[in-house]
Amino acid sequence: MRRTLGIATLVLALPLAAAAQLKTITLPPDHPYGELKPGPGVEVTQRACRACHSTDYIVMQPRGDAKQWEAVLTKMIKVFGASISDEDAKAIVGYLSTVYGK
Amino acid sequence: MRSPRREFLRTVGGLGAIVVSAGLLARSPRALAQQADPILAGRPLVRYPEKTDLILLTSRPPQLETPMTYFDRAITPNDAFFVRYHTFPVPTSVDVGSWRLRVTGLVDRPLELSLADLKAKFSKAAVTAVAQCSGNSRGRFAPRVLGGEWGDGAMGNAEWVGVRLRDLLAAAGVRQGAVQATFEGLDKPAFPSVPHFVKSLDIRRVMDDPDVIVAYQMNGRELPMLNGFPARLVVPGWYSTYWVKNLSEIAVIDHVFEKFWMKPAYRIPDTPCGCVEPGTAPKNTVPISRMTVRSFIGTPANGARVVPGRPVTLKGIAFDGGYGVREVEVSDDSGVTWRRAQLGPDLGRYAFREWSAAWTPASAGDYTLMVRALNAIGESQGYEPLWNPAGYLRNVVERVTVHAG
Ligand code: HEC
Repeated sequence: MRRTLGIATLVLALPLAAAAQLKTITLPPDHPYGELKPGPGVEVTQRACRACHSTDYIVMQPRGDAKQWEAVLTKMIKVFGASISDEDAKAIVGYLSTVYGK
Repeated sequence: MRSPRREFLRTVGGLGAIVVSAGLLARSPRALAQQADPILAGRPLVRYPEKTDLILLTSRPPQLETPMTYFDRAITPNDAFFVRYHTFPVPTSVDVGSWRLRVTGLVDRPLELSLADLKAKFSKAAVTAVAQCSGNSRGRFAPRVLGGEWGDGAMGNAEWVGVRLRDLLAAAGVRQGAVQATFEGLDKPAFPSVPHFVKSLDIRRVMDDPDVIVAYQMNGRELPMLNGFPARLVVPGWYSTYWVKNLSEIAVIDHVFEKFWMKPAYRIPDTPCGCVEPGTAPKNTVPISRMTVRSFIGTPANGARVVPGRPVTLKGIAFDGGYGVREVEVSDDSGVTWRRAQLGPDLGRYAFREWSAAWTPASAGDYTLMVRALNAIGESQGYEPLWNPAGYLRNVVERVTVHAG
C-alpha cells in the first residue's frame, strides 16, 4: 500500500454503518529560501507581508524600482485589504527597492 | 559571487527530508537542468504530503512545480503533479463522511451529494486531460511580469474519472434564466478582505460539453489533498484556473459572475493572439479560456551531456486546447531544418501526446534542440514569444541545449 509521510486516513466505524473517513495532511513551515534578506526596513516588511502568504512571493519576483514595489503595495492594500500605514508603506517600498531593486 | 550550482547545493542541503546525498543529486539530469535554468536555480526541492520531490514556488499557500524530466511521458504521476493555490489556509483535512457537494441557486431541486452519491447515482465519465496553470512559464516573460514566477512545470496530464457536470446540473434542474454556474472549494482565506477563490463558466458551455466533469479519481486513485481531494472540476482544453479543487459548491446564477478571480484577475487582452506590444496595457480584456499549442523536450534534459556519434532518443510531450496534436517536429540546428517526430499512443484530444525522435550528435560541441507542434486546426508555435501583462498563454517554440563531448 502506498502510504506517504504526513497523511493519515482514519476509518471510524459508526453505528448505522456509515463510515467517517478522515484524510489529513500536515504542511511544513515556511521554507528558509523565501526569507527576506537583511537591510533597513526588513522587520516592518516582514511584519506587514507575512500575514497572508510566505515571503517567497516577494523574493521570486523580478527586481524592480520603487515604482514596481509601490504598485505591489497598492495592490496588497487596495485589492487584498492589507492594513499597512502610509509610514510603514514608505519604509517597505524603500527596503524592497533597495534590497530587491534594479 | 555565488555560483548557481553552489546556491542549489546549499538550498537542497538545508532540507532534512531529502535522503539522497547532495553530490548524487547534483549530477542527476534533473538537478543539472534546474541549475542551468535562470528561473529555477536556487529553488529548493521539497517533499510534501502525497508528493515526491518537487520544486518549491511558495510555502504558504503551497505551490509546487514539476521537474521537466517528468515530461518525457504522457501521464504525469499523481505524486509529481504540480500544486497551485491562491490563498491561505488551504484544506488539509477532509472528512469524506461529512463532505458534501452542493448544487444550489437557480435550480428546481438543490442537491447535497456525498462522495458515495456521486459514485452510485451518476454514470461514470472518464477523460484524459492536461491541467496547465494560466501562468505556466511566466518567469520566462521579457519584459518580466509580476506573479507566480513559474518555470515550465506548472502542467500535468492525468486520467480523470468522475461524473459529468451536466448530469449533476440536469439532476438539479437548471431553471429558465440561468446564465452561469459558479464553483468554489473548501479553501477559504483567513483574511476576510482577501477574495475567496470562486470561478464561473457559462451554463451553455457546460451543458454542451460531456467532457467537463467533477473528478473524484486521478490516474486510478483518489486525488492527493493538494490536487483537490475529494473532488475537483475538470475543464478539458481550458487552463486549470477553472479546475476548482476541493470542490464544495456549485451555484447556478442569472448573470455573468465578475468577482475578483474572474475580473480583473485571469484576463487576457481581447486581441486575436491574446497579446499586446511588450510592456503595454490592453484596451479590453476577456476571461482566459482555451490553451494554446505547446510542446516540450522531456529528455535529454537541458544542459545534459551526450556522446558524439552515439544515438540518443529525444522524448517529450505536446498538447493544445482540445483539437488534438497532428504533428510534432524537432530540429538540432536552432530551427534551420526540421524533421518529423514519431507520435505515441493517442490518449484523446485533451491529453499530452507523447513523441519521440532518434537523434545522433554528429560531432563534439553544443546543440540547440527544438520542438514544435501543429494541432488539428493548423495552429502552431512561433519563434518569438507573445507577450501580455499577466504572463499567460506562453507557447513559444521550446529549446534545450545539450553538450556533445
Ligand atoms: C491581506 C493579505 C495580504 C497581505 C498582508 C500581503 N499580500 Fe501579497 N498577495 C496577497 C494575495 C491574495 C496575492 C495573490 C496570490 C495569487 O494570485 O495566487 C498576493 C500576491 C503577492 C505578490 C505576487 C504578485 C501579484 O500581484 O500577485 C507579491 C509580489 C506580493 N503579494 C507582495 C506582498 C508584499 C510586499 C506585502 C507586504 C507589503 C504583501 N504582499 C502583503 C495577499 C496579501
